[in-house]
Amino acid sequence: MPQILMPALSPTMEEGKLAKWLVKVGDTVKSGDVLAEIETDKATMEVESVDEGVVREILIEEGTEGVKVNAPIAFIQGEGEEVGEGNRPAAQVSTSDPEKESPVVATTHAEPKSSSAEAPKFTAQSDPDLPEGVEMVEMTVRQALNEAMAEELRRDKDVFVMGEEVAQYQGAYKITQNLLEEFGPERIIDTPITEHGFAGLAVGAAFAGLKPIVEFMTWNFAMQAIDQIINSAAKQLYMSGGQVTAPMVFRGPNGAAARVGAQHSQDYSAWYSSVPGLTVIAPYSAADAKGLLKAAIRSPNPVVFLENEILYGSTGLVPKMDDFVLPIGKARIAREGKDVTIVSFSMGMRYATQATEKLVGAGVDVELIDLRTLRPLDIDTVIASVKKTGRLVTVEEGWPQNGIGADISARVMEQAFDYLDAPVLRVTGKDVPMPYAANLEKLALPNVDEVIAAVNAVTYRS
Amino acid sequence: MARNATATKATTQPNVPQFTQEQDLAAFREMLLIRRFEEKAGQMYGMGLIGGFCHLYIGQEAVVTGITMASEKGKDAQITGYRDHGHMLVMGLDPKGVMAELTGRQGGLSKGKGGSMHMFSNEHRFYGGNGIVGAQASLGTGLAFASKYKGDGSVSIAYFGDGAANQGQVYESFNMAKLWNLPVVYIIENNKYAMGTSIERAAATTDFSMRGASFDIPGEQVDGMDVRMVYDAAQRAIEHARSGKGPYILEMLTYRYRGHSMSDPAKYRTKDEVTKYRQERDPIEQVRARLLEGGKITEEQLKDIETEIRAIVTEAADFATNDPEPNPSELWTDITIEA
Repeated sequence: MPQILMPALSPTMEEGKLAKWLVKVGDTVKSGDVLAEIETDKATMEVESVDEGVVREILIEEGTEGVKVNAPIAFIQGEGEEVGEGNRPAAQVSTSDPEKESPVVATTHAEPKSSSAEAPKFTAQSDPDLPEGVEMVEMTVRQALNEAMAEELRRDKDVFVMGEEVAQYQGAYKITQNLLEEFGPERIIDTPITEHGFAGLAVGAAFAGLKPIVEFMTWNFAMQAIDQIINSAAKQLYMSGGQVTAPMVFRGPNGAAARVGAQHSQDYSAWYSSVPGLTVIAPYSAADAKGLLKAAIRSPNPVVFLENEILYGSTGLVPKMDDFVLPIGKARIAREGKDVTIVSFSMGMRYATQATEKLVGAGVDVELIDLRTLRPLDIDTVIASVKKTGRLVTVEEGWPQNGIGADISARVMEQAFDYLDAPVLRVTGKDVPMPYAANLEKLALPNVDEVIAAVNAVTYRS
Repeated sequence: MARNATATKATTQPNVPQFTQEQDLAAFREMLLIRRFEEKAGQMYGMGLIGGFCHLYIGQEAVVTGITMASEKGKDAQITGYRDHGHMLVMGLDPKGVMAELTGRQGGLSKGKGGSMHMFSNEHRFYGGNGIVGAQASLGTGLAFASKYKGDGSVSIAYFGDGAANQGQVYESFNMAKLWNLPVVYIIENNKYAMGTSIERAAATTDFSMRGASFDIPGEQVDGMDVRMVYDAAQRAIEHARSGKGPYILEMLTYRYRGHSMSDPAKYRTKDEVTKYRQERDPIEQVRARLLEGGKITEEQLKDIETEIRAIVTEAADFATNDPEPNPSELWTDITIEA
């Protein structure tokens, strides 16, 4: 015989007041009929019947305070049911014996195997060997990114590019130059200035199997869209138990440009790389820009691809191959050394590289690591280097608190503490919004001298 | 067709469209399944078997039932907010899987990792189950974009409430949907209250069918308590979208009997208002009365359907109660796909 139990209004409610009965013994009730009202200090709620039948007994008088959740409050005799002693509920009221009356909820718990539930370890693949005698072509980061998209657009018709000024204007920073001419307006799509809307639209298109490349004119404007990037794209696979994903790339220039002020100068590396479900890539060289953007477009996961406006015009050698793709999640050792490790990425690599040249000239054997991918982070390469050099300096344009350097510093402390011969030092952007004045902006950004000073400090040369 | 300065407000046809007995029976069955399922979910929430948030669809059953009857199952995509259990049941997702997701068990549709607000099915083309108010308007527009891009002839049906209708991204989506004539039907489920705030206290204009006017998107206000009216309007809207004419808005005038979520204090509306809807406008009772009126269907036959539905719900509840919780190793799966 169905018992009516004292319901909980929220998962935290333990007891409440049975304020009022709306039925009496002998009444016939059906599903949805309101039986009673209950109250807590926060809310009132109607208790509806889920069963049909006749109210046989009311176990708790109206006005009773402190009725425990899941205590039987009445019972209903269904059609054709006999009233027997065996299924008569015992009234459980009052607060005299809370132990005995704690609600028994019939959850079946799987045997905890928490010891076996460890985070999977990410192992990065190595860069592919380049073919013997491959021609190296000098090109800008801009050209490299443009080629990567063009090649992937040719390769897969589900890939399309969407963003502000990507088509007819040829890209606000000319990264999408000539794509409209080759691929047409169905695949190279100018959007209205509505980051939140078109980011969400692209995520929906990715749910349905397309592979959007969403260009943000700069990542500063993507804050309008960050809800869709994180709540819709990054979490989708997990929330759906592996059923629905968002294979797509969000890309555009990140970090400080030059003299554009606080709202247009911000590094989002730490923001996005803290989010499980996202892949975050921040290349420095032209070759990495090309090989990693192609990998990003092919990735089955949502990828945040952080470019840098100042680096767009810088040149580098890119192998001339039909299909040059680099592994996501692998750091690159830009220079091997044994005295000190410098870790950086994206624009930070420019300061780090120039500092390394000077330091090597001064006799310091620097090992320089370009992270390239920020999530998954190739911490193994960093740890191996620190075990060799015993000293670490990180370089980034972002703010110091909770930055990439802060995170690497913590992990090195956890995994290589005994190998450190000096505290890890971070060279970062200053803890201020970006100023406009030329001299102040220069002060707000990291520079080569700061990197050299940090290396001197950890090598006790200062 | 010349663009009007304002959208033409399509008027709901004055003659109430008639259902065949088969249609009435099908609608009765679907709506009753939602009603009984949600009552059971409410009860299980009260017992502590369901945690967190639980938004029940009781009272609004005719909306998703009528729309889905007019759509092509397995082809047209649907997406909604967090009041999503009814949508999944009508789209054919397994009630056991839905209920087990509510209780956070391994047999849940999302392996217990999504919860009440996050269930999806590629197979049934159901894309959630979205917890952020208004996000599904943009996502649903993207599903329509994919339809047009692929040329697969499907329509995207994006449901959101009167509360979400005030979100900025809804209008960003309207703009792009009409600009590109995407095959999307926006269903605004106006149940009069965004949580506890009535539409009069939240919206400068309360005729939500006109919210597409500045984008030249036609809209209709529909009696969302009458499944025949919903079906009829949905047929027009879906045909409009499928034929390449672009988006369409249907404002469904509906009502939720229960609170916004289970912990709703229900202090913002009168009991009389709720009672009036339940007694005079109930979507299921309307169909029941029609079926009995003709004399061809007997009380007994309806009772058989009720027994059948009750068995489905009981089976779902039993499964959801006894199915084990997910294995702890599931904590670390489905974060990203290994390339």
